[in-house]
Amino acid sequence: MLSVLVLLPLLAAAALLVPAVPDRWARWAFVGVTTLEVVLAAVLWARFEDPGPGALAFEQQVQWIPGLGASYHVGLDGLSLALVLMTTVVFAACAVYALGDEQRPRLQAALFLALETTCLGVFAAADLIVFFLFFDLSIVGMYFSIHGWGHGDRARSALQFFLYTFLGSLALLLGFIGLYVASEPRTFDMVALAADPPLQGSGATGVLVLGAVLLGLAVKTPTVPFHTWLPPAHTDAPAIGSAVLAGVMLKLGTYGFVRIAMPMLPEAWRAWAPVLVAVGVVSVLWGALVALAQSDLKRMVAYTSVNHMGYVVLAVGAAGMLGEGPADDGARATAVTGAATQMVSHGLLTSALFLLAGVLWTRRESYDLAAYGGLAARAPRFAALLVLAALGSLGLPGLSGFVAELQVFAGAVAVVPWSAVALLGILLMTAVLLRAVQQLLTGPVSGLAEGFADVRAREWAPIAVLLVLAVAIGLAPRPLLDLLEPAAAAAAALVSR
Amino acid sequence: MSMTTSVLALLPELVLLLGAVGCLLLGSWTPRLRQRRVRAVAALTVLVFLAAAVHGLLSDPTTAFSGTFAVDETTGLLRLVVGGALLVLLALAGDEVAGHPRESEVYVLLLLGADGVLVVGGATDLAVLVVGFLLASIPLYGLIGLSAAATAPEAALKTYLVGALSGIVLMLGAGVLFGLAGTTAYADLGAGVRDAPAAAGAAGVVLVVFGLLFKAGAVPAHFWVPDAVQGSWVTSAAFLTTVPKLGAVVAVMRLLEALPRQDVWPLLVAALAALGMTAGNLAALTQGDVRRLLGWSTISQVGYLLAVVAAVPSVERARPAVLLFLAGYAVTNLACFAVLRAEPERVRVDQWRGVARRRPGLVVALGVALLGLVGTPPTAVFVAKVATIAVTWEAGLAWLAVLVAANTVLSLAYYLRWLATCLATTDQDEDEDSTTTRRLPAALAMTCAAGAVALGLVAGPVLALG
Repeated sequence: MLSVLVLLPLLAAAALLVPAVPDRWARWAFVGVTTLEVVLAAVLWARFEDPGPGALAFEQQVQWIPGLGASYHVGLDGLSLALVLMTTVVFAACAVYALGDEQRPRLQAALFLALETTCLGVFAAADLIVFFLFFDLSIVGMYFSIHGWGHGDRARSALQFFLYTFLGSLALLLGFIGLYVASEPRTFDMVALAADPPLQGSGATGVLVLGAVLLGLAVKTPTVPFHTWLPPAHTDAPAIGSAVLAGVMLKLGTYGFVRIAMPMLPEAWRAWAPVLVAVGVVSVLWGALVALAQSDLKRMVAYTSVNHMGYVVLAVGAAGMLGEGPADDGARATAVTGAATQMVSHGLLTSALFLLAGVLWTRRESYDLAAYGGLAARAPRFAALLVLAALGSLGLPGLSGFVAELQVFAGAVAVVPWSAVALLGILLMTAVLLRAVQQLLTGPVSGLAEGFADVRAREWAPIAVLLVLAVAIGLAPRPLLDLLEPAAAAAAALVSR
Repeated sequence: MSMTTSVLALLPELVLLLGAVGCLLLGSWTPRLRQRRVRAVAALTVLVFLAAAVHGLLSDPTTAFSGTFAVDETTGLLRLVVGGALLVLLALAGDEVAGHPRESEVYVLLLLGADGVLVVGGATDLAVLVVGFLLASIPLYGLIGLSAAATAPEAALKTYLVGALSGIVLMLGAGVLFGLAGTTAYADLGAGVRDAPAAAGAAGVVLVVFGLLFKAGAVPAHFWVPDAVQGSWVTSAAFLTTVPKLGAVVAVMRLLEALPRQDVWPLLVAALAALGMTAGNLAALTQGDVRRLLGWSTISQVGYLLAVVAAVPSVERARPAVLLFLAGYAVTNLACFAVLRAEPERVRVDQWRGVARRRPGLVVALGVALLGLVGTPPTAVFVAKVATIAVTWEAGLAWLAVLVAANTVLSLAYYLRWLATCLATTDQDEDEDSTTTRRLPAALAMTCAAGAVALGLVAGPVLALG
């Protein structure tokens, strides 16, 4: 069942490669398959029972390369199931949004379906080689998306994105091999490696191996100072490419922290924890400050991603700062839950923001905030969606971002009091998003806003679905937290070994 | 062991030899424009050879001719890879040299050269190694020199000079080792070298290894490779960058295993590997001619191969990793050259601008092949490279493992430069479209690219061998 969920989009993509398929069919096949994926993921959720710490539900294992101790091994726990659900929703939203795309729609549908397989594959992987395989293929797929369907200086941005993240992935691979060589018996199996972490008590070796893993994940996430590929990649990517890149693919990095780095290298993780907290705080503040200075909507949203991922890094870093007593353990678990919630929340909200930015581009080919004015009068539906997405992104209570950030800070500040500095980031974020909303929407209709057509059904419907989910999580977070909390508590407990 | 069983054990090699002689005779009595039948006979020979090789692989490991030739799983797998490569090369040659006055000779030289490579790869005796070296080298000179291209004579001469020098060095080394150990058989070599003066033993080993590095096209005996690749047919370029490397790497591995397991020999190979991959990649960075780019890329790839070989004496898992890497490298590299042949008029990287629009299938094949050479999952070279890094690390050569990873990043720069050029848009769209794409090589390229992915997915059985 899980393998079907992962591989179905790839099969559909292969079918769409046949040149005889008409564009119309391809567009609707894209919508159909991604919707079916949402249904499949929902069925998995309905049948999901928490497998308990160190185990996986829907597990499947097939021998692949026994000589290397690698197998096709997939399975889900609460965290990965939540991300799988989020991924299928984001892709389905992109598919509906892409119904109006004119540029080679058949190939675009095939490419994004293949990308969906790679993203789901990473979240489902229970073997480091399988994880790396999908991780790397997602980079290749996104490269083609930016290069083939982007705008502006797309060739350069795509290449920069590829080189940067591919370099990061090689560091990651080196770290994986370090884990493999240290394990006894030799294996790439994530469940086995987490159950019996290989480099415990190895001192510098473990710290170096984790350093390589962290470097790879930090580039992908991205955190300061490895974030420089992100703004150009986003600016020149197509709308749905940006939505997938920010909504789903950034999570591949943060998910790696919780799924690989924390359980497999607990001792080294504790050694790195202060660095991670510091990197997280700097990412939060730096991302917000630089976003404040942007005049381009997409670059601004890209920097808000750096800020939001900073909260995640801060939280997982704090989870490695051991204190005494059960109260502390609770706080660390809360921080990880917050990080996990943030992954889901950011996926929904940022995808919505990037799709909204795409609306601007299809009509006026400009993201320049100053070039618009008074859009609220011309395009009220657009304005309503943008305001809601912005409020969610800045962490207003009642939306999913608030639930996430509240837990992150509740957990992190309890363990590392000085990390409260990062609260300033929320304030800055408010300034960033309100300024953008004000520049675009308020005032007299002027500049590019004149004659601006409001969003059409295929544009607002997917964005609305994403935002409705964000509101639902904000108002009733329990179902999501029921999924995330056991997995987060398990991860926090594994770090203290 | 009787003569008959020895001959039976070497049946595949014998088939190739007889097939080559048959093709030569047949070619002499066939009109120039009907030489296609020679190609058919050559292909048939390879098929019979492959059948015999499979039979050999299923039989128990043995040795032939008083232990001078090992017929084990390594030899068996080498035969399969060489046979598969020969089929691709014959198809490529059929597209490229059809109608050439020396058409049938090309087929004969391909078969003979491959036979020599098999002898090099299977030899467990220095004397047999020397014979194999000569048998593998001389057809190579012919393959390069027969082309009518203006650059072919220079390429052939360069290959010949480096080859002749390496041959002499190899024989010198074999002579020194024979003098020290009193035998040429690998089985007794170890004991002989251990008791000999260190300097003399070292000189012998270094000389033999240098000779083999010429066959492998590896640093420091690599200078002929880019010129030979650029100067002659694509068929000969594909042959010389694929087939001889297979045998030579296996030969280095067998020699390394035969030597007393001191710390120095693996270290020597590791140093050569490090040098080769770095030098090859650095040189490839600046190439504007895609043939030279591929030539340097193959030099760096041998570096990775030698890195695994360096781990063979100390890590059990390294041996199957070498074999997987050889097979993966062969199919991926052949895909690259088939792409070259499919667009014979595009020799400079910038001439590939915008090809993706017009020939999407071909560029997909090229993309799979180039990213495959980098080591992107799920291609065969990816699995092999993971294994490479793992076994070198395990063998205590962590610096080499890091260097392999670093070089992989470095190589990305030039592979991607080519690929990105293909994807770039052109200003003058249709007027340049006069260049023709050759169907057969394009199909071959796609087949090989598919093979590279398939081999990666079913890498398990290969790694279980050895």
